[in-house]
Amino acid sequence: MPRADVATAEHRRGELRTSQQRYRMMRLSRRFEETMHDQFGDGAVPGPLHLSIGQEAVAVGGCASLRQSDAVLSTHRGHHHCLAKGASPARLMAELLGRTTGYSRGRGGSMHVAVPEIGLLGTNGIVGGGLPIATGAAYGMQAKGTDDVTVCFFGEGATGTGAFGEAINIAALWALPLVFICENNQYVELTPQSVHVAGAIHRRGESFGMPGVRVDGNAIDEVADAVEDAVLRARAGGGPTLVEAVTYRWFGHYAGDRAAYRHEDEVREWRARDPLPRAREGLEPEEADEIDAAVEEEISAALAFAQQSPEAGPDSLHVDHYGSRA
Amino acid sequence: MSAVTAPAETRPLKFWQGINQALVEEMDRDERVVLVGEDVGRPGGPYGVTRGLLDRYGELRVRDTPISEAVLVGLGVGSGAVGLRPIVEIMFFDFAMIAMDQIVNQAAKFRYFSGASMPLTIRTMCGAGGPNGAQHSQNFEAWYSAVPGLKVVMPSNAADAKGLLKSSIRDDDPVLFIETLGLLPVRRDTPTGDEHLVPIGVADVRRTGTDVTIVAIGRLVDRALEAAERLESEGISAEVVDPRSLQPLDAETILGSIARTGRLVVAQEATSPYSFASEICALAVESCFSDLKAAPVRVTSPFINVPTPVPLAEARVPGADAVVDAVRGVMSAG
Repeated sequence: MPRADVATAEHRRGELRTSQQRYRMMRLSRRFEETMHDQFGDGAVPGPLHLSIGQEAVAVGGCASLRQSDAVLSTHRGHHHCLAKGASPARLMAELLGRTTGYSRGRGGSMHVAVPEIGLLGTNGIVGGGLPIATGAAYGMQAKGTDDVTVCFFGEGATGTGAFGEAINIAALWALPLVFICENNQYVELTPQSVHVAGAIHRRGESFGMPGVRVDGNAIDEVADAVEDAVLRARAGGGPTLVEAVTYRWFGHYAGDRAAYRHEDEVREWRARDPLPRAREGLEPEEADEIDAAVEEEISAALAFAQQSPEAGPDSLHVDHYGSRA
Repeated sequence: MSAVTAPAETRPLKFWQGINQALVEEMDRDERVVLVGEDVGRPGGPYGVTRGLLDRYGELRVRDTPISEAVLVGLGVGSGAVGLRPIVEIMFFDFAMIAMDQIVNQAAKFRYFSGASMPLTIRTMCGAGGPNGAQHSQNFEAWYSAVPGLKVVMPSNAADAKGLLKSSIRDDDPVLFIETLGLLPVRRDTPTGDEHLVPIGVADVRRTGTDVTIVAIGRLVDRALEAAERLESEGISAEVVDPRSLQPLDAETILGSIARTGRLVVAQEATSPYSFASEICALAVESCFSDLKAAPVRVTSPFINVPTPVPLAEARVPGADAVVDAVRGVMSAG
């Protein structure tokens, strides 16, 4: 059976600091999802696929200042968060393709990936489900007396849940080392956020005494800088921050959703703000080309790893329900 | 027979004192153990179960929370994922409904998704016994016992409460630990030693008998024992089995007893439909059909809400009389 490490080398070194590293992770994220989208079209993905193509700068910027012992809570649209926190593209692909080498033995799929040893506490099939867990991870860090922090990604749709209100209250009340990153891609499932969200999301923490900031979610350095400020404040005991990163979901809610509920002009306009070329601008063209080529190799290797791994079979069905059973 | 570790010394403790002692011993033993919940700190909870802990362990380890049940369980899931061994208190079982997502969709599935442990204990309180009404008195043990990945325990006395809570805290899976309001002031001899561990998934045969098996949980265990004593004077020998753990269930002990006696009465405070009692009856019919001399009978609260006035609420819960009647019924049926 093919082998792959739990985490990527970049992550073990804790490096998403330079323009090159950030561009590389964004490119990897884009190509990862494009590859999975193709696989989905071929019928090779035995589960749903929620793509965040176009949103790469949020995940990469949100994880850029994190170390392995920091925690991340992700969402149903979480491939980019996983990769940016250091998940191996090979094992993540294996999970999506239902292979035994996947992080959840190929039984979970994209919404059920959790790799605690690299601080990835889970993508999530429940909108808003990660918010309470994020408060717990941050509380655990606080109680242990470390200066680790927790980053909680969530979409603007999750701001409508009760869990969001509960989480920002306790985070502010306890000055938890927690950074809330609202990845505002402007569509909540199949409807525009005008149907779902009142007011300005980044100001939701104001009356709790929580700083909030809205950034261009397609500008990698702007996201990374805002999150780094929040992370440093959290590490120093300064409590939580709410960062709203405004971006755009290029595709439908799920692979197969043609997103006929929105105008093509709007999609065209946002595609013109693609975060990848903007991240590439800071690089020498040859250097960027080299990165692109390296990413292609990594993606090919990851896909080969996943495809060569055995499909999850009935023998895995009962595994990992209980640690001990009387 | 009892699976409780042989005690060197015992002391009569009230149910709540057994819990308090378990909390103190485990928090002394392991600094990763923390307790979070509404009013668990200075007030020691509405019934004083956690009194004294805040002063002993400080406010980082014994933490009063806002009224935020989803976040409350999330505090446990998240801190459990980063290396603590959290105990979350949900004041009344009814309030666990608000935290259903975190319990069922998150805590119970963490190991399935990640292969990692989730050493979370959720303590809550069920049942009638105070003037608390229809939103503070319910029994939902069957709902949670139907969720793969969760363990559910429900002690009926101080000794088991202490020993099961200690085992729950040391367990690497999420355990729902259900306390019973009507039992809090009830005393039972309890081992004083700090290694009194009652294993999860092991039933206790509280009384041996040959004519009928009474499987009872929670508040109905003492009532079943009382019924068994009264039945003895009628010449009926009743065995009383307290499963103590509902998930995993010690089916072997329960079914072994039913196979020997050939008759089954199941007693619980919850209502009948889709309940623990229904599950035990189903197991008996599936596994010991040919041994049964009479159809199994469930002794439960009627399928109505819990009224607020204490006398009315208590009238709703089956007493020893109901158990006696049920046993007489199965004895006369075959």
